[in-house]
Amino acid sequence: MNGLLSPAELDALRLSLEVAARSVAFSLPLAVLVAWILTRARFPGRTLFDAFVHLPLVLPPVAVGYVLLLLLGTRAPLGAWLHAHFGIQLPFTTAGAALATAVMTFPLMVRAMRLSLENVDRGLEAAARTLGAGPFDRFFSITLPLMLPGILAGAVTAFAAGLGEFGAVITFAANIPGVTRTLPLALYTAMQMPQGDALALRLALLSFALGLLGLLGAELLVRRVRRCLGR
Amino acid sequence: MLRVSLLKRRTGFTLAASFAAPTPGVIGLFGRSGSGKTTLIDMIAGLLPPDEGEVQLTGSVLTDTQRHIAVAPERRRIGYVFQDSRLFPHLSVAGNLSYGEKRARAVSHYIRFEEVVELLGLGPLLARRPHQLSGGERQRVALGRALLSQPQLLLLDEPLASLDVARREEVLPYLERLRDWLSIPMVYVSHQFDEVLRLATYLVLLEHGEVLAAGRVDEMSLRPELRAVVAPDLVGAVLDGLVTAVDTAGGTVELAIGSGKLQVSLREVTAGARVRVQLLARDIILATEPIHGLSVRNALRGTVTEITPEEAASVLVKVDVGGPIVLARITEGARAALRLAPGDAVWALVKAVSTRGHAFRLFGAPARAL
Repeated sequence: MNGLLSPAELDALRLSLEVAARSVAFSLPLAVLVAWILTRARFPGRTLFDAFVHLPLVLPPVAVGYVLLLLLGTRAPLGAWLHAHFGIQLPFTTAGAALATAVMTFPLMVRAMRLSLENVDRGLEAAARTLGAGPFDRFFSITLPLMLPGILAGAVTAFAAGLGEFGAVITFAANIPGVTRTLPLALYTAMQMPQGDALALRLALLSFALGLLGLLGAELLVRRVRRCLGR
Repeated sequence: MLRVSLLKRRTGFTLAASFAAPTPGVIGLFGRSGSGKTTLIDMIAGLLPPDEGEVQLTGSVLTDTQRHIAVAPERRRIGYVFQDSRLFPHLSVAGNLSYGEKRARAVSHYIRFEEVVELLGLGPLLARRPHQLSGGERQRVALGRALLSQPQLLLLDEPLASLDVARREEVLPYLERLRDWLSIPMVYVSHQFDEVLRLATYLVLLEHGEVLAAGRVDEMSLRPELRAVVAPDLVGAVLDGLVTAVDTAGGTVELAIGSGKLQVSLREVTAGARVRVQLLARDIILATEPIHGLSVRNALRGTVTEITPEEAASVLVKVDVGGPIVLARITEGARAALRLAPGDAVWALVKAVSTRGHAFRLFGAPARAL
């Protein structure tokens, strides 16, 4: 690989993978919870909550990045509080890029999980109840394992989409080489350079290969899990 | 004792059912589809909240709407075998079986894993996944899973309904073993009169969400409410008789029924066993004098107690054969010709005896014999 890619390209690839992985790790438990709430809970304002969760799908990514800056920027109240009490700084960091990516890919993840949760037979949960399983026990021993195909599909789709997140990342975390310059940002930078055409093409091809690999991998993984569940 | 008194209103359907049945024993909950059987046992299991009412099992209150008692299903210790088995697809057969067992840690275990595997013949299936099982196997696993949760009551919701006749015959003997070897009270829901006759000790007849009649199976077999529900050809007295003699060569046994004796073809039964038989009303001939030179071997002497007109110009005659009652269907013309009336002495000639499996020891069943 080393001979194939330049250090800067490798950096961009590594960062893209890291940002996508961290965003998935961060949003996965929350997405399961939100999917569960949207499928099973009945409360006033559910439709509004549903719309709110899906908002990043329809908003310009730059707007999402900007809202994040307003909330978590170093001078914003929440951002300043986090920095003062926990020493956490999000803007212009890799963690910040991961957060922006997580917000953008969150609806994709929730959608996949919701679909699989809607397919979980409530009768199986009732059966578990008669066998002595309380609510949390039921969730972890029956519902969650049966949702697994959807959870995996959601995670992999979010990961693949996260590899290419641009607008929210560049707005919230800026374009810092080695810190927040992921593949799409590096591609954008290359396109801005006078002699960057060849580099841009290489980066574009790299993104293409990566995305294809991700989607194929996702499909194989989900098939395997389905087989384990006997479907 | 299982005491149930429940009310549930749904659009277009109201269930208002009460009964009190002795336990241990198998309570057959019998009724046509849509009579509210599943709704009723869902409320017994606690899966469905009633609008009003109570459920009591051997003195402990599980549901009481007036006192705001509603024990959660997971704490009722009521095993439930669903019509569609509902095995967990992500677990192996062994995993399914031990699911309830693991969660019954706090209670004393009276049924062990190995015993259930042995009783239900599940040994070769343990490593399989539910989707690799046949319908009959699935129901056996579901039964084992419910048993291992150490239930104090077992609900069976038409466990054989989704099976074809051959598979049904494959599972039924296991249910009989369960009834005879364990003393867990059971509620067996079915719209198949045959199954109920083979398994139940007590019968609750449900129609349009109401209990039409309830009682011991032999008593219930004489009730007009039951006759109204089962097919006319299935009407007939159910009798629990004692085997007094066994003719191994001929494959028949002699049963003591009231003051008479009945020859029944039955194998693998020893003297002293109790056997349940049904004498179908259409298979019984009445004679006012003893008859000789007839191929029919069974003749019970008795007294006519009641004559009820039926549809299609036939009458149903109740004959007391020295304690037990036998039902005979004859034509109105035959009745008139014989001038049959209550109080008359008759001989009931039995053309065929349909055995209905082993009679269950109604009371004083052994606490546990595996």
